[in-house]
Amino acid sequence: MFSTAPRRSVRRVALATATTLTLGFALAACSSGSSGSSDSGSEADIEAALEAGGTLTYWSWTPSGEAQVAAFEEAYPNVDVELVNAGTNTEEYTKLQNAITAGSGAPDVAQVEYYAIPQFALSDSLVDLSSYGFGDLEDQYSAGPWSSVAFDGKIYGLPQDSGPMAMFYNKTVFDQYGIAVPTTYDEYVAAAEQLHAANPNAYITAENGDAGFTTSMIWQAGGQPFTTDGTNITIDLQDEGSKTWADSWNRLVEGDLLSSTPSWSDEWYRGLGDGSIATLLTGAWMPGVLESSVPDGSGDWRVAPMPTYDGTPVTAENGGGGQVVLKQSENQALAAGFVKWLNSDPASISVFLESGGFPATTADLESPDFLAQTPEYFGGQAINEVLVDASKNVPTGWHYLPYQVYANSIVPDTVGQSYESNSDLNAGLQDWQDQLVEYGNQQGFTVNK
Amino acid sequence: MSAVTSPKRPAFARGTKPTHKARQRKSIVLTIVMAIFVIYSVVPLVWLIVNASKDQADLFSSFGLWFGKDFNLFQNIYETLTYRDGIFVQWFGNTLLYVVVGAGGATLLATIAGYGLAKYNFPGRRAVFAVVLGAVAIPGTALAVPTFLMFSQLGLTNTPWAVILPSLISPFGLYLIWTYATDAVPTEILEAARMDGASEFRTFFTISLRLLAPGIVTVLLFAVVATWNNYFLPLIMLSEPTWYPLTVGLSQWSAQATGVGAQPIFNLVITGALLTIVPIVIAFLILQRYWQSGLSAGSVKQ
Repeated sequence: MFSTAPRRSVRRVALATATTLTLGFALAACSSGSSGSSDSGSEADIEAALEAGGTLTYWSWTPSGEAQVAAFEEAYPNVDVELVNAGTNTEEYTKLQNAITAGSGAPDVAQVEYYAIPQFALSDSLVDLSSYGFGDLEDQYSAGPWSSVAFDGKIYGLPQDSGPMAMFYNKTVFDQYGIAVPTTYDEYVAAAEQLHAANPNAYITAENGDAGFTTSMIWQAGGQPFTTDGTNITIDLQDEGSKTWADSWNRLVEGDLLSSTPSWSDEWYRGLGDGSIATLLTGAWMPGVLESSVPDGSGDWRVAPMPTYDGTPVTAENGGGGQVVLKQSENQALAAGFVKWLNSDPASISVFLESGGFPATTADLESPDFLAQTPEYFGGQAINEVLVDASKNVPTGWHYLPYQVYANSIVPDTVGQSYESNSDLNAGLQDWQDQLVEYGNQQGFTVNK
Repeated sequence: MSAVTSPKRPAFARGTKPTHKARQRKSIVLTIVMAIFVIYSVVPLVWLIVNASKDQADLFSSFGLWFGKDFNLFQNIYETLTYRDGIFVQWFGNTLLYVVVGAGGATLLATIAGYGLAKYNFPGRRAVFAVVLGAVAIPGTALAVPTFLMFSQLGLTNTPWAVILPSLISPFGLYLIWTYATDAVPTEILEAARMDGASEFRTFFTISLRLLAPGIVTVLLFAVVATWNNYFLPLIMLSEPTWYPLTVGLSQWSAQATGVGAQPIFNLVITGALLTIVPIVIAFLILQRYWQSGLSAGSVKQ
C-alpha cells in the first residue's frame, strides 16, 4: 500500500471527483476514513455466511436485478437482499461517494461500471476480494472485463457484463442508397458522405462528445492515454492512438457529417427507428436496448465488426460493469458470497441473459446456444457470433483514470466543443487533457510532472 | 393592490367614456408583450399535455406539438400509476407528506416568529432582524452540503426527516409575515385586547391570526411551491427510492433511458410530469388572489 500521506490525498481526490457532480468540494475536505473492518476472510467464510444468512443491501439499476435477487433468495433462504435502485450510473456514484464520505449509508454491494471502479478502489472504499478465493474465478471471464475489476494485485469485484464494440447498421438504409458495409474508417467516412449527400436528413451516426465513446474509440485505435502508478499519473491524449482516432474521426466532425442529436434522448431513439441515424459504434449490450426500445427498427438492423484503421480486426470495450463489495459492509463475507453467486452461478446468469444482457463469462459467450441465436429483430442474423468474436479482439493494457467519473463529466465541455464547432478534435482532446492535469494536481495527484 | 392603481383612476373616471385613443396606444405594445409572454409560458404546457397523450412509439414518430396516431393519455396515466408496483403513487404520497408537514410547519413557524418580531419589543430584535435578512440571501442549495454532513452524523439521512426538517425553515416567509404584521395588525387593537384582559395567546389566535390570513396564505403558497419543487435536497439526502419525492423520482425515470440496459420510459416521464403539476396548478388557481395581495404587502405605506 501507499504511505499514509499520499494515501490520504488520494482518498481526497476520489472523493472530490464524484462529489463535484453535486456536492462540490465541501465534502472532500471532511473525508473521514471509511474503511470499517479489515480485508480478511476465506472461501469457507463465504459458505458459512451464506448458510448463516443475514441482510444485505444491494444498489443496482440493472434491469435483471429484481429477478436475480429473487432467485438468490430462493437458493439461500436465510439471506435477505434489499435491492435499491439508487439511480442510473453517475447518479448512483454520487450517492455512493456521498455515503462513503459521510461514513455511513453505503450499501453492502453495489453495481459499478468498469470506468468508475478505479475511483472507488483508489479511495480505499472497496473490499479486496482476493482472500475469498476470487482469484480462482479469473478463468471464467473474458480478459477485458476481468482486467477492469482486478488490478494492482487486488480483486475489487466480479464482472457482470461486457461491451466489446461492434458496428450496428441499418441495412434498410444502406440498401436503399446502395451503400456497402464499411470495414475500414476510410470506407466509413465515404459511406457517411454518400448517405448524407443522398439524404440530407440522414447521418452515418449521432455523436457530439460522449465520454464513453471517446475513450473507447481511443482504446480501439491503440491509445493508452492514462497511466497510473500509485499517485503518479501520466495523461497523454495526443499519443499515437489518440491522434489516429482524432485524425480519422475529424473528417466526419469537420465535414459536418454527424448528427448532433444527444445520445439516449427521445430524438435519438427516434432516429434509430426512422433510419436518420444509420449506424452505431457501440457495445455488444446494444441489441437488448434496440429490441426493447426501438420497435420501429425491427428487421432493419444488422451487426458488423467495427471498422478498422488498417484492416486488422481490433475493437474495444464500451460500457459494462460489475458488482463490488463496500468496506462499510458489516457482513463482507456474505456480501462477497452474493457477488460470487450473482456473477458466476448459472441460475443468475441465465436471468441476466434473458434480460438481454451481454455476458462477461466465457462459458456463456462460447456456448453453442448463445452463438446460434438468430433474433428476428436482426433479420435472423447470428449476431452473437460477430459480438463474441469482437470480445476476443480487445487490446489489453487500457486503464482509466482514478478520477474518471469527473473526467467523463467534462468531456462535453472540452471534446464536445470540437463537435459543436465542427473543428479539430485534437484541440478538444488537448483541452480535456489540460483540465484533467490541472484537476489531478489540485487533488493531490502528481500529474504529468 | 387597489392602493397602487388608484392614483391614476380619476383621470379616466371623469368622462363617461374612457379616452379611447390614449388607451389603445398603450395596449398595443402591452398586448404584444403579453402575447409573447403567454406563448412563452403556455407552449411548454401545451407540449406537455399533447405529448402525455402519446405512447412511446408515437413520441418517437410524431410531430411534437400535435397529437399522435392514438390518444393514449388514460393508458399512460394508468401505466404511470402502476409502473414498478405503483412507485409513482408512493412518490406522490411522499411529496404530499413533505408538503403538508414541511410547508405547513414552515408557515406555522414563520407566522408565530414573524408576528412576535413585529409586535413585541425585546432586546436583540435588531440582531434577529439582521440574521433573518441575511438568511433570505443564502440560497438553500448552498446549505445543502453542510446540512447533508450534519444529518448523516445524526443518522437522519435516508429518512423523511432529512427532507422535512430543512423545509421547516423559511426566512423569507418569516420576513414576509413580519412586514405584513407590522401593517395589518394595528398595535391599538392589541392594546385594546390586552385592556380587556385577553391573554397574549388568545389575542394571537382570535384576532391577529385572522388579520394575518392573507399574509399566511401567501407564505403557505410560497412554502408549498418550494417544497413541491424541492429537488436538490432530497436528491442528496435520500438514496432509498421509497422515500423519493416526485421530482427526484421523475428524474430517475428519465435517467433510466441511458447506458447499458437502458429502459426508456419517456411517455411515463412526461405523463408523470403532467400529473405532478396538476395539484400545484390547482392550488395556484384557487389561492392566486392571496398571492397577489401578499406580494404587494408592505409595498404601500398606509
